[in-house]
Amino acid sequence: MPQLKIPTPLRPYAEGESILSLDGRNVAEVLAAAVDLHPQLKKHLFNEDDQLRPFVNIFLGEENVNELDGLQTNLEEDDTLLIIPSIAGGRA
Amino acid sequence: MKIIIPEDILKQIHNHGESAYPEEGAGLMLGSVKDGDKEIKDLLFLDNAREDGARHNRYLITAEDMLRGEREAERQNLSILGIFHSHPDHPNQPSEFDREYALPWYSYLITRVENGQARESRCWRLKEDRSGFDPEEIHVNLGGSAGK
Repeated sequence: MPQLKIPTPLRPYAEGESILSLDGRNVAEVLAAAVDLHPQLKKHLFNEDDQLRPFVNIFLGEENVNELDGLQTNLEEDDTLLIIPSIAGGRA
Repeated sequence: MKIIIPEDILKQIHNHGESAYPEEGAGLMLGSVKDGDKEIKDLLFLDNAREDGARHNRYLITAEDMLRGEREAERQNLSILGIFHSHPDHPNQPSEFDREYALPWYSYLITRVENGQARESRCWRLKEDRSGFDPEEIHVNLGGSAGK
């Protein structure tokens, strides 16, 4: 079963868990399973149109899945996904 | 929850803001949580990945840099506790842009840099409903980070 590592800021919305084991054949299915299990995660991962927020990145090992097949990237049973935010901001 | 920063680390943040002036400088604050307070123990200075023309009022830390930060924090048995950045010639309050891209729990420390001189830092934390920021108390530990 693929695993999903939860970064520290989002752990309070996953009942403190740092790693979730989730059903899913691809990245999209694993994320959907995570949100099903911990609905409070949803507002921080997805926007109002159910699109992944632009600063939320999913890595498979050392590779950003955007460099693979995006959310449709197929997963093996022993794959581990990481949620890695990019951080943006500024005065204007 | 408050954020505890050794005096010498805060000085490093101010120096970084001054070096980056008139552009925005940014980086990660690493540390640990003790008795509900965040204790900053190290910094990771990162390049502002924004394109040249936008670095005076925007900063970007890429996912690849954040991954590097996570690995470095793990190596030191620490966590990423927040992000620092500077506001050149602008108040040290978060902008709407800051809010849109903010994550909960992280501490956002903003340093006001006026005419190249770091003046003051304030810290903020995203509200639970993402509607804005609440101020977070900064406690400066005089005497530096000898206990790192």
